[in-house]
This record gives sequence, C-alpha cells and structure tokens, in this order.
Amino acid sequence: MPDKRLPLWEVFIRNKRGLDHKHAGSIHAADGEQALQYARDTYTRRNEGCSIWVVKSADIIASQPQDEDSFFAPAADKIYRHPTFYEVPEDLKL
Amino acid sequence: MTDTTALAAMFQQRIDAEEKIEPRDWMPDAYRKTLVRQISQHAHSEIVGQLPEGNWITRAPTLRRKAILLAKVQDEGGHGLYLYSAAETLGVSREELIDQLHSGKAKYSSIFNYPTLTWADIGAIGWLVDAAAILNQIPLCRCSYGPYARAMVRICKEESFHMRQGYELLLTLCRGSEQQRGMAQDAVNRWWWPALMMFGPSDTDSTHSVQSMQWKIKRFSNDDLRQKFVDQSVPQADHLGITLPDPDLKWNAARGHYDFGEIDWEEFFRVIAGNGPCNHERLSARIKAHEDGAWVREAALAYADKQRQRAQKAAA
Amino acid sequence: MSSDLFQYIIRLGDNALINGQRLAEWCGRGPFLEEDLALANTALDLIGRARMLLSYAGEVEGQGRSEDDLAYFRNEREFRNFLIMELPVGDFAFTTARQFFVDAYDYYYYRALQDATDTTLAAIAAKTLKECEYHLRHSSEWMVRLGDGTAQSQARLTRAVAELMPFTPEFFAADEIDQVMQEQGIGVDLDTVATLWNNEVDRVLREAALARPPLSFTRGGGRQGLHSEHMGFLLAEMQSLQRTYPGLQW
Repeated sequence: MPDKRLPLWEVFIRNKRGLDHKHAGSIHAADGEQALQYARDTYTRRNEGCSIWVVKSADIIASQPQDEDSFFAPAADKIYRHPTFYEVPEDLKL
Repeated sequence: MTDTTALAAMFQQRIDAEEKIEPRDWMPDAYRKTLVRQISQHAHSEIVGQLPEGNWITRAPTLRRKAILLAKVQDEGGHGLYLYSAAETLGVSREELIDQLHSGKAKYSSIFNYPTLTWADIGAIGWLVDAAAILNQIPLCRCSYGPYARAMVRICKEESFHMRQGYELLLTLCRGSEQQRGMAQDAVNRWWWPALMMFGPSDTDSTHSVQSMQWKIKRFSNDDLRQKFVDQSVPQADHLGITLPDPDLKWNAARGHYDFGEIDWEEFFRVIAGNGPCNHERLSARIKAHEDGAWVREAALAYADKQRQRAQKAAA
Repeated sequence: MSSDLFQYIIRLGDNALINGQRLAEWCGRGPFLEEDLALANTALDLIGRARMLLSYAGEVEGQGRSEDDLAYFRNEREFRNFLIMELPVGDFAFTTARQFFVDAYDYYYYRALQDATDTTLAAIAAKTLKECEYHLRHSSEWMVRLGDGTAQSQARLTRAVAELMPFTPEFFAADEIDQVMQEQGIGVDLDTVATLWNNEVDRVLREAALARPPLSFTRGGGRQGLHSEHMGFLLAEMQSLQRTYPGLQW
C-alpha cells in the first residue's frame, strides 16, 4: 500500500541576485515540478524571490544536537583565525 | 550520559537564556504536546477562518475589494500552511492534524463560528478580529520554539495589511450613506464581544497559562492582551463614529485604562463546545473540501509514482 | 472605430472577469492547501487583468464609465465573454480542463497581442503573457497528472474534456469586430492562434494519455451576449451589493 500522503519539501528562496538562497519554509507536493510551483505560489507572493530551490525533507542529512559539542566547540578556541587577533601598527592599512 | 532531569534542567536553562529550542533538541513531552496543540489549533483557525470571509469574495462590491479580499483569504490559507509545517517539525503529520480537526478532537478559534451577514462584516473582521489576532501573535514571534517563532514572524509581516484593509473598508462605509453607516454599526455590534473572547478565558480560569509562560510559548496574560485591545480600539471606534456595544465601557483615569463590561462566558464555552451559529457549517465545509480533494491527491501521488518507476526503468 | 475597439477590449476584459469570478470560488475549498493558494494566485491574476482591461475600455468609450461601472452595471446581454468562462466550477478535473483550454488560448493570444499598434493593449498583453505562461504550465501539468494518474482521475478528466471541448470553437470564430481590429493592426490572427492552440492541446492530451473527443456539436454565443443559463446567477451574485445600493462608494 503506497503512502497516501504528499511528501514534504523544504523551500529555499533567493531574494535577489547576489544573495544566497535562504530557507523559507516547507510545503507538500507530489513531485519536484509541483514542489517548485507550490514553493513559488506560497513563498513568493510578495515579490520575495528570483530563484527557488526545493529539496525533499527526507533527503536532508542533518547534524544532531548531541553532535553539537564535538562538531562546533573545537572551533571556539581558534581565535587566531580572526583578524582582530593580530596587533599591527594602527596607521598602516593592513 | 545525561538523565532526563539533567536534560530538563538544560532545556529550561536554554529557554531562560532566551535561546530557541529547535526540532531535533530534547524537549519534555508536555512541551511538545502543548506546542502541537497550540500550533495546530492556530493552523486550524487560519484554515477555518478562510470560510466566513470567503463567503463574500464572489459578492465584493468593487473589483478592487474583490482582489484585496481574495488575497487576504489566500494569505490565511498560507498562514495555515506555515503553521502546519511548524507543527510537523514536532513529529506529527498534517494529515493527522487535519483528522483531529475533522473529528472534533482539535479546536479552532471560536470567532469563526459566527456568520458574516453583510459586507460590513468583512470590515469588522479586519478591524477587530485581525487586530485581536495580531495582539495575540506578535509576542509569539519571540516564543521559545524556533519553527513556530519563525512562522509567526512571516505571518505578522503579512498580516499587517489585513487590519488596515478592514479599517479602511469600515471608514468608507462610515463616510457613506445612512444605510452604509447602519451596516457598519450592525457589524461591529455583532463582532465586538466575540473579538474580546478571542483572548481566551480570564487568567484566573485559564488552565495552561503558568506553564506556558515558563516555557515562553505565551508571554502575556489573556487579560493584559484583552485590555490592550480595548484600549487601542476605543479611539479607533471614535474616529469611525461607531459606538462599541458596551454600556460599561468608560475611561478609568486611576487605572489609565478603559473599564469594560463582563464577557458572556457562557456563550464563549457554548460556542467552543460546538454550539455556535456556524460550527456545523464550518466543519462540514472543511470536511467536504478534504474529501472532494482525496482523489486529486491520490492522482498526483500515483502519477509521481509512475514517473519514478519509468525513470528507474529507463536507467536500468 | 472607437466603439469597435471598445467592444474588442470588453470581450477580453469579460473573459478575464468571469473566469476569475469562477476560479475564486475555489478559495478555501481546494483539494489541498498548496493548490488552494495556487488557484487563488491565478484568480488574482485574472481579476487584475480584468481591471486593467475594463478600465481601458471605459477610457476608450469616453463616457466616464469605470471598471466597476462596467463590471457591476451591465446586464447579462451586454457581457461578451466566451460561454466556457461562466460554466459552474464543477470538480477539480473540470476546473483543470477549463483552465488548460483557456490558458493555452490566452498564452498564444496575448503573445500575438503584444504586437498590437495600440500601445496600451500591447503593454497589457506583455504583462499578461508572463502570467499566462505560468498558468499554462500549472494547468497542463495537472492535465497530465490527472490523465495519467488513477483510473478515477482519468475518468473524471475524460468527462470534463468531453464536456468542455464543444465550447472551444468559440475561441476562434472571428466576426466583423475581429476583422476590423486586425485591419487596424490591433486584433490578432485567430487562424494562427487556432493552429498553435490545437497543437498544444494535442500535445498535452497525448501526454495525458487522453484521446481528443470528436466534435459532434459546438456551443457559443457569449460574444454576442447570448449566454448560458448559468450567467444570470453568476451576475446576480456578483452584482448584488452594487445593485441593491447603487451610486455609493465601497
């Protein structure tokens, strides 16, 4: 018995050229083309977009909250990656 | 490994620090349940809320008003969609939620069980019902659950035209003929009290308030928001030249607020229980749309399935 | 001359208005939420188009009639839309088939109308064409989904196509107004539109695994103001407030 529910899709919208696509929300649709149209009909009604991505929610691989420490904490002490870490003469444009 | 008590403490700490809870985070079952109930109730209200106003789309008296009303009712459908999506991040499907609505297990705002009898009702709904909704919704933009808060930000942004169009509509009627003014007054007479009820039972009788405040999925008390609504509505009514149907309504200088009369809570609970003027029609209309649409959804799925199989065969 | 142009624009405006009025009936009743929004988007485009065209018609007529005067204070016989527009919404298959036939027609029609020597009409056509392109994409996709979906969807769509097909020859029946307008470099060549439309309909029906039904009879008359029985009810509803309280601002 096939699933009688329309699958869920995540919608990403580019607001205008030069910007990156940003997650706008989700919609239900039977296939990719329909998902694209419904993303357009739902999330760009106020001129919010010039490009749309849709991806099946089930196809997203996400990090888990329990990964948070091992994934992200190690980056916290690498302060030498930031320009403000370095002291240089102020009158030079570096 | 952390046990549930430690997780619960971390969870509350995060909320107290105004950090958001996201779908994959650990959360207490009761928090999840409360959110599903609140968000889906809100989503159902948007979808059922399409019906009373939708009642006037084909009869809007100008083409400009027709376009505005259609766009507004469509927005409400969109808001329902955003909210169902937010609820789905909590592990419940839209179908389950819709089934709960149709079986009568889930509630929706009782305001939509009142009929729209004249064109002025469209104005009164925009002015009063949408204003009350906005007051309820703005604090939710900061609620602790990320997907709900984000949906509310989008909704509040879109709703800003809803109240203004309603007020403009009433203003046009109030500046019009005697009959139009009468129509406007009649609509406000019928919608004022139900709008006050939209803030829910008085704080002393509200069952969920304390816990919801602690979880930051509710930020102001029902009575505070209701007072705010009354205070903002009185000068707006004056400007329209409309009388609000409450003989006890008067300025209280000591409190710095308007005093107002007692709400008919019996009516409130009667309508919630399913005995309002339009409960039956509203639910029937939703069920009919859903049932009439079943073969369409099945066809779309069947076609997508065939396409997938064809692609697989072609690739093999 | 200006009265021919007026009639010409009124026909286009009435098609958009009556189609939009019917499609808006779906609002809040779509087969699922996403499609509910999509149908309303199309209806909004149609109402917007009707407003532009009726306003322009009033301007051309030069008697001070506004878009609303034309929409709300003309009687049934003065409306000039194709009959297909006024038929009741029916089920989703009926709505889909109607939109597909109309969208395909509008797409080719407005594409040609972009070249009209009347600059206002050409500008309206250019704007409208973008909308039609999307509408056609949406409705033709649905034709294929329903035609190649389940046994039930195929049966419903087959019935809808059979019911609606006899109303389509009216799209291409040129009369004097069309001729005069074409001579003036405004009206479009309906024979060309017919060829393109037929090709598109054949292509989509083929993809939808549907046979094109033979035309045993045709229906028409809307362009002469002779409507179906449905039109009176549609107007009674649409015009009720303005007719009850004439001469007021809303």
